[in-house]
Amino acid sequence: MKKIQILGTGCPKCKKFVQHAEEAVKELGLDAEIEKVTQINDIMKFGVMMTPALAVDGAVKSVGKVLSVEEIKGLLK
Amino acid sequence: MNAVVWRKYLSWSVAGIAIWWLVYRSLASVAAWFTYTLLGMEHGSQPAAAVEFFIYEAPKVLMLLILVVFGVGIIRSFFTPERTRRILSGKREFTGNVLAALLGIVTPFCSCSAVPLFIGFVTTGVPLGVTISFLVSSPMVNEVALVLLFGLFGWKVAAIYLVTGVVIAIASGWIIGRLRLEKHVEDWVYKTQTGNAVPEAELEWPARIRLGLDAVKDIVGRVWIYVLIGIGIGAGIHGYVPQNFMASIMGRTWWSVPLAVLIGVPMYSNAAGIIPIVQALLGKGAALGTVLAFMMAVIGLSLPEAIILRKVLKPKLLAVFFAVVALGIMFVGYLFNLIM
Repeated sequence: MKKIQILGTGCPKCKKFVQHAEEAVKELGLDAEIEKVTQINDIMKFGVMMTPALAVDGAVKSVGKVLSVEEIKGLLK
Repeated sequence: MNAVVWRKYLSWSVAGIAIWWLVYRSLASVAAWFTYTLLGMEHGSQPAAAVEFFIYEAPKVLMLLILVVFGVGIIRSFFTPERTRRILSGKREFTGNVLAALLGIVTPFCSCSAVPLFIGFVTTGVPLGVTISFLVSSPMVNEVALVLLFGLFGWKVAAIYLVTGVVIAIASGWIIGRLRLEKHVEDWVYKTQTGNAVPEAELEWPARIRLGLDAVKDIVGRVWIYVLIGIGIGAGIHGYVPQNFMASIMGRTWWSVPLAVLIGVPMYSNAAGIIPIVQALLGKGAALGTVLAFMMAVIGLSLPEAIILRKVLKPKLLAVFFAVVALGIMFVGYLFNLIM
């Protein structure tokens, strides 16, 4: 099972990002868990300085922008 | 990238810029033709002046905006926060402040990322004052505001805004660094474990151009309406409103600058949203320095920003931060009321 983490302190952009991720997972029919990382200490452990960011299985894949559903699908394949 | 792809990008860019330039050059004559020939308005009349102003300025400013936002988007693809941090880490005061203020212009940044960025900087050896210089210049020196000031008030006002914004960022960060206020950063900040920076992929040119286009879609898509409102107000003033109406309130009395800053700080607006107000104030006879101070206070300092930064700064440091920047803005206001 893939673990998808959305890093962000709860701004509107982060919420949109989570929606996109959920949609991407559904469209791919993946077995994946989406987790929102909202605590600043946890976000810093990833070394991320711009939110929202996306990590797949613990590795940061994108920082500082809301990815589209298609872009997320590309990263999950 | 191979030579064929390069040639393709190069020819597209040259063609694009040439077309942009031709259209830009012909805007004035098109506006005159539209006003006097097509609409048949009377030369020298006030409504005609207003219509011609709008038909000329609206596409002109939007075209400048698209070009500059695209260019800045590409420049920003070279400056990630990680790279900026590497440059600033361990830099001495002053040199560090200057670099931070300049990098603040070209590093992509949104105020919602202020906290992770602050922690990421100060826990990896960027001095507090240098970090503050970055945090001040990043929102205050804004490419949209720069284009609008250039388009509507000329290159001198735009240059004044750019230079004074950078100087305020350098000075505020330097002063805060000198005051040795590190103990007024929330204690948990320095204990935070910052992970290794995200590895950066070296981008190819197509990806950078994509980022430039994304920036145009995002920023111009968000601000075009404010731009048109601003130019609309400008056109109205151009044709109709008598001058010197606001002069007594926002003119050259000694208290007009602090008042403008005081009103501006709690307000929150993006750079484009404030331009219509700036335009209206200036047109009604407010002094340039006062209006510039008001604009900088609105986009450089805001209540939401204070609330975000309160997470990492203790009240005293937060107050010093806002006070120092506000004083810098007032200084700029007075300076320009004196010399302009």
